Amino acid sequence: MFGLQKQDAKLLLIVIGLTMLAPFILNPFPESSGWAQFNAGYPDLMQRFVIFGIFAIGFNILFGLTGYLSFGHAAFLGIGSYAAMWMFKLFGMNVLPALGLSVVMSGLFAVLIGYVSLRRSGIYFSILTLAFAMMSYALAYSVLATDMDGPDKQGLLQKGLTGGETGLQLTLSDPRILGQQATDDGNLPVPSFFGLEMRSATELSVGDWVFTFSVGYYFSAVVMLIAFYLSIRIFRSPFGMMLRAIKSNQQRLNYTGLNPKPYTLAAFVISGMYAGLAGGLMASMDPLAGPERMFWTASGEVVLMTILGGAGTLIGPVLGAGAIKYMENILSKINSDILHTWFAFLPDGLEDFVVAIIYPFIGKGWHLTLGLIFMAVVIFLPGGIVEGGRRIGSMFKGRAKKTDAASGGKTVAPGQDPAE
Amino acid sequence: MSKTNLTRRGVLQTGAVAGAGLALPTYLSAASHSGFTNAPGDSSVTLGFNVPQSGPYADEGADELRAYELAVEHLNGEGDGGMLPTFSSKALEGAGILGRKVEYVTGDTQTKSDAARASAKSMIEKDGAIMITGGSSSGVAVAVQALCQEAGVIFMAGLTHSNDTTGKDKKANGFRHFFNSYMSGAALAPILADNYGTDRKAYHLTADYNWGYTTEEAVRSSTEAMGWETVGQVLTPLTQTDFSSYITPVLQSDADVLVLNHYGGNMVNSLTNAVQFGLRDRVVNGKNFEIVVPLYSRLMARGAGANVKGIFGSTNWHWSLQDEGSKAFVKSFGTKYGFPPSQAAHTCYVQTLLYADAVQRAGSFAPCAVAEALEGFEFDGLGNGPTLYRAEDHQCFKDVLVVKGKENPTSEFDLLEIVEVTPVSQVTYAPDHPQFAGGSLGTCNNGA
Repeated sequence: MFGLQKQDAKLLLIVIGLTMLAPFILNPFPESSGWAQFNAGYPDLMQRFVIFGIFAIGFNILFGLTGYLSFGHAAFLGIGSYAAMWMFKLFGMNVLPALGLSVVMSGLFAVLIGYVSLRRSGIYFSILTLAFAMMSYALAYSVLATDMDGPDKQGLLQKGLTGGETGLQLTLSDPRILGQQATDDGNLPVPSFFGLEMRSATELSVGDWVFTFSVGYYFSAVVMLIAFYLSIRIFRSPFGMMLRAIKSNQQRLNYTGLNPKPYTLAAFVISGMYAGLAGGLMASMDPLAGPERMFWTASGEVVLMTILGGAGTLIGPVLGAGAIKYMENILSKINSDILHTWFAFLPDGLEDFVVAIIYPFIGKGWHLTLGLIFMAVVIFLPGGIVEGGRRIGSMFKGRAKKTDAASGGKTVAPGQDPAE
Repeated sequence: MSKTNLTRRGVLQTGAVAGAGLALPTYLSAASHSGFTNAPGDSSVTLGFNVPQSGPYADEGADELRAYELAVEHLNGEGDGGMLPTFSSKALEGAGILGRKVEYVTGDTQTKSDAARASAKSMIEKDGAIMITGGSSSGVAVAVQALCQEAGVIFMAGLTHSNDTTGKDKKANGFRHFFNSYMSGAALAPILADNYGTDRKAYHLTADYNWGYTTEEAVRSSTEAMGWETVGQVLTPLTQTDFSSYITPVLQSDADVLVLNHYGGNMVNSLTNAVQFGLRDRVVNGKNFEIVVPLYSRLMARGAGANVKGIFGSTNWHWSLQDEGSKAFVKSFGTKYGFPPSQAAHTCYVQTLLYADAVQRAGSFAPCAVAEALEGFEFDGLGNGPTLYRAEDHQCFKDVLVVKGKENPTSEFDLLEIVEVTPVSQVTYAPDHPQFAGGSLGTCNNGA
């Protein structure tokens, strides 16, 4: 089906099922139970899951296939966001043109940055991309944020191209020539897909469970599925094969008379466009673009996502993105009061002791937990979550399987020949 | 291997699945229920405290959170009641808000607009928060305020000093108790003229972000109006920790006053550098070189240590004030935590009380009703004297404190002394003042 091999089609169907049923799957605990803390089925987080999933899928096309580690991918995320915001400001609130411009703009920047950075490989390439990303951050943060209209005018460029630290926001005075400037009750219009507002949601109460179905989430999920499908096709295409060849031995490829440059540049641009698409979606779900999403820590995050999930596998980056965003949004919100209520059944002294032990790992200390998990994965499971899943699977089956439907491809340990 | 041959059946199947996927959201965009976002149940109501728990303003955030916990205690009738007895409005009785027990959720803004909005969104969507409050930076305040406007909940700003929060970026659902850059400039200028004369040349070092710009603009226009001349202005990156390279050009200019439009760690570092370079011992144009810090906080004064002695600045509130409200607040905060509250803690505590009181008076949690109750509300007994929540821009108008670093501090908390309480009339401006022009409140949004 879909022009895919059977196993890939199966994987795609599983992903479709998971994303469509996410509001149920992510809300397993009833509202009134203490476990409701761990529910992740609210629109904002579900949107983040799929959006960062797209970002990581795109990153994986570059890093997983060619082995080029870009440390500046967040720049494209930011460029996509700013492009989408300017579409909202100038033309109207439909998300399609906004996403279109996001992809085009980030693609253009990727050609430029890629052309320069890809002249080097290895650590030098990483540093070059990092430098470009930090340059974009600095531009967005202050250079392009200065008032371009002059202090006495209150025009469109009053806060510059990027809005600086506050971020680029919609205002009531934006032209929006193809849409309405303000809603009937005088508020800012909401991003929409031909009238379908991204913010609107409907709730379904079943007993003590409340499931929220948000338009924004389903829109992003469909975009992610398309992105995922395209990535499968790229992985299985001769082009994908070429990229793997570059990863395994670029010199040998040179000797056979092939020039790898156009292939790496194409992979870089494709993955930059994926990042731009994710950035545009972020702005569509929440119309604000801030410079922080171009900061190097944001670039580092997508590297973590990909490696945590399993670099070079199809589903790995999506799982990694989900795991990190879950920790960031759920673990970080557990404060010491909540811990005390959990362990209230213990005697007082012991309760304080247990809370004191756990506290550094949750709440604002969630980075510590993430770091430990990441170290454990890199040391014990070089293939990421996907490899973990496969090992568990083979444990049950009693023997190692040759291929694994859940990964859709072989996990490639660094340096290992990834030929099929 | 790839398989690229298209079959009729394949295309049809793909099309059908894609079509179903696209059509699914249409089914689910059902009508929103009536009323307003996150209408609370009969027993409890949830407030969202969104403060920086990590990053450069984590100290302020921690103090804000303490103040919020104290306010929740007092609203629920626990503790000693704090400012409730001194508050001029007697609608609150210590029985929660409209008979509902006050509960709260916390989040970390990280002093980043994106993170702050994500955290606020999860409070609204997941935890059902009816009001969001907090923050220690104007960028975050503006971003979260815009989000609350869209989502249809009330935003009670924490520490945000930029003019834009209630100027260009004001929103109908957002309210600010804290003072702003304009007020700092207007309050400081006369004191500076009295102490340093009207014939001075000022050099500005300004943090390169929204708050820095408006503060520099406000201080410049107020000081230039009384005869000072501005001879230099340089933007410094927010992440800068060593300001030596910015101080050297000051030495080479003929400036005799240095204005540090810095806050938090920036100010601590730049002031320390300036003092190390011997700026305060310099004599330029026959006058002693002086340093001014427009926005002071106790936490900053503690960081800069002995360097703050004799340096002028302004502040929203200080724990050494002797009115009944301040005394009651300092007492109950001190009893609970063992040290006096900062100005950030004060403004957050007051904002929570003001919100609860407005709901109580309006008799409803609906954001529009609450906004109406807050607009034009005059109150007293919350530590700043008689105060007005102006309806035109949702900014509080009250006295502003001009403070100076104490020469002989008695403790690590007793670092600032109040030089003058500038009366509210001197810091009031028209809603369409040029420093605030360009935005509009829009209309209040009750959400879904």
